[in-house]
Amino acid sequence: MWETIFSAAFLIDFAVSTIRMTTPLAFAGLACTMSERSGIFNIGAEGMMLAGAFTAAVGALYTQSAWIGVGIACVVGILLGLLLAVLTINLGANQIVSGITINILSLGLTSFLARVIMGSAITQKLPVLETWSIPFLAEIPIFGKILFQQSPLSYISYIIAIFLGFIFFKTTWGLSIRAAGEHPRAAESSGINIFRLRYICVIISGVLASLGGAFLSVGLVRYFTENMSAGRGFIGLTIVILGNWHPLGALGAAILFGAVDALQLRIQTFNIGIPYQFLVMLPYVCGLVAITGVVGRSQAPASVGTPYRKEE
Amino acid sequence: MKNICKRFGDVVANDHISFDVERSEVHSLLGENGAGKTTLMNILYGLYAFDEGEILLDGQPVRISSPHKAIEHHIGMIHQHFMLIPRLSVAENIILGFPSSKPPFLQIKQAEENVEKIAQKYEFHIDAKALVSQLSVGLQQRVEILKALYRKTDLLILDEPTSVLTPLEVTALFKIIRRLTQDGLAVIFISHKLNEVMAISDRITVLRKGSVVGTAKSTETDPNQLANMMVGKEIKLSLEKSPARMGNKLLEVRNLRAESRQGGKPILNHISFEVRGGEILGMAGVDGNGQGELAGAIAGMFPISEGQILINAVDVTHLSPQKRIENKLAYIPADRQRVGTIMDFSVADNLVLKNFRNSPFSKWRLFLLEKNIGSNGGQMIRKFDIKASNGKVKLSSLSGGNQQKVILSREISAKPDVLIAVQPTRGLDVGSTNYVHQCILEHRGRGGATLYISTELDEIIAISDRIAVIYEGEIIGILPGGENIDLEQISLMMAGISADMDTHKSFESSPKADPLKS
Repeated sequence: MWETIFSAAFLIDFAVSTIRMTTPLAFAGLACTMSERSGIFNIGAEGMMLAGAFTAAVGALYTQSAWIGVGIACVVGILLGLLLAVLTINLGANQIVSGITINILSLGLTSFLARVIMGSAITQKLPVLETWSIPFLAEIPIFGKILFQQSPLSYISYIIAIFLGFIFFKTTWGLSIRAAGEHPRAAESSGINIFRLRYICVIISGVLASLGGAFLSVGLVRYFTENMSAGRGFIGLTIVILGNWHPLGALGAAILFGAVDALQLRIQTFNIGIPYQFLVMLPYVCGLVAITGVVGRSQAPASVGTPYRKEE
Repeated sequence: MKNICKRFGDVVANDHISFDVERSEVHSLLGENGAGKTTLMNILYGLYAFDEGEILLDGQPVRISSPHKAIEHHIGMIHQHFMLIPRLSVAENIILGFPSSKPPFLQIKQAEENVEKIAQKYEFHIDAKALVSQLSVGLQQRVEILKALYRKTDLLILDEPTSVLTPLEVTALFKIIRRLTQDGLAVIFISHKLNEVMAISDRITVLRKGSVVGTAKSTETDPNQLANMMVGKEIKLSLEKSPARMGNKLLEVRNLRAESRQGGKPILNHISFEVRGGEILGMAGVDGNGQGELAGAIAGMFPISEGQILINAVDVTHLSPQKRIENKLAYIPADRQRVGTIMDFSVADNLVLKNFRNSPFSKWRLFLLEKNIGSNGGQMIRKFDIKASNGKVKLSSLSGGNQQKVILSREISAKPDVLIAVQPTRGLDVGSTNYVHQCILEHRGRGGATLYISTELDEIIAISDRIAVIYEGEIIGILPGGENIDLEQISLMMAGISADMDTHKSFESSPKADPLKS
């Protein structure tokens, strides 16, 4: 067994798989980071992801184009983001409850509609996003195969992570967002429109989460099943903390979880007698350990979770 | 501003107020809490909309619908509670919301340079890269001022700027304000502190209950006249104290020592003093030298490593706060809202916070007798003239002064032997401050001992029989009170220099001596 693990073939295969498992988690992490930086918890990332997975699948099925499916998933992401925004920003509702509401709504609707639309056969062959080999970079030995022969959505996730990192720390928009997340009243008195800013961030968060979901059904496995997101949206919340609310940190944390997830899948095939349920727990256990290690060093934006009410 | 009216429901906050200010002038708005000063300025800054009236800038009518618009009209406002983001740096706070020269890129380096240039121009020093959370309160206020200057403010509104500053910092602030007016700025200074208003203003307008009572040039009026205008009735500004009739030692503190969590110098170091019945021991010192911790230690809430505390000769050092209360200790804490009261509870409940387990408020120490709690609430409200409609309203709905009255009435009605009061008049207006002082004097007249801790030197000098000065956790000295107070000596002691040369501390080694150096 050990020779297998340390063979180049295995390791490369493991790394490729890691990137694949990372992508949805990265999207979830980026979605939650975006939202929390502006001051709103996006507990509904899980539901948005699931909705994205479903809509991408249905869209792809009917238009026979995976990309259009992804596009429709984005629209759904905007809508769900809008819903969360209205609930938490306009109405000042408890953010955690609002998020959970979206999760339950999404789970119910997608499961029901899946049966209606795609029949009792749970698996459906969908058009899928073909992997793109980036022309020159894919030829690099080892790393070329790992990093540059992936689904286009994976590339998009790296680009977005870098782009968001740049926005947060090198632009005036980013400064305004960070200020709004820390001390909205102070930011408002400097002339920033907190409501508008939070709306934009939450909607973008919705889009990112549903992109992650779209990757699951149309980029990874070619079908949609009930509750396909399987808790990845929640892991996104953990990723935010591990990444210290920085988009690149979120990407790094996502890679950690992706690696552990890819690993546990492979360990299952080794038949070493560990019940698979324990292996499935592995990513979550790692998350727990990582979080406790980060306690005290990781700092959330100060106003996250508190609805902002203008003084009369 | 002409004929400005603003209503909040039934309450008229501003009633046909006309107010003007010119360039190079400091015009103060003076009034008690709730008089309408902050409301008026919030209207000017675009945070509120007025119901009637008009605003003219340089003779032209303007509509200021948001702080953004106000900033566009070169109006700047520094609020009482700073609008700064602790986790961001000074430069980041200053350029927040300000359009960048190369949008959307953040020109941080350039901003840092500009900020330091402006600061130098006004002769103060600021590290533009420092995080706001690392700065002292006085420095944070400077950042607020820099924010206004960066935006080329013509009209600067300062809302109660000195309530968080030490005396030294106040002097520095006034120097900056004078410099600003020399450069042509118009400054509106909101305050309820008579002496400061007299010192800094060119003109003073007094507001009371939403209307203008009168406007005067500062050279043509005096504190007494102003106080009368503010309150509407004769107010005695000086405290009349009968000579002290001293009893036994009611509070004795011996060799108190408390360690600091970061190691190094202890927070309380060999503190020993005593207070007799019928005496008020004032404790002066710049904020942050251990006063809060000392009060907490005596109350039983701050841990000490060595020493003894005796109340009426009973050793309470290892007793819980509850037991100390039973030994007739009363405590008015600095943090009114979190330590002194429960904001979400009703007034009546707050009034029995310490003795609700005893009869008549509870039966068998188990069941609460609401009726008795309620009637006690009603009685106290009447007796102490607390402005609350009844005992059932939440404490958070009361003004700061009335919240303090609740705390006072609760502590004093228990007829304590020892009263520890920490900053009891902070944030209170003239009327409430007077009331607090009268209560404490009554307690003194009844033979109670008081430890009065405050950063307001005038107050301590007025009320204390003896004055102790605390510096870096040690008692530098104790002086007798009375008319012959040597102000210079006390100021030196507050900076750590005692009359005794052996314990001399040099200015360079004690950063607290000059809070202006970051």
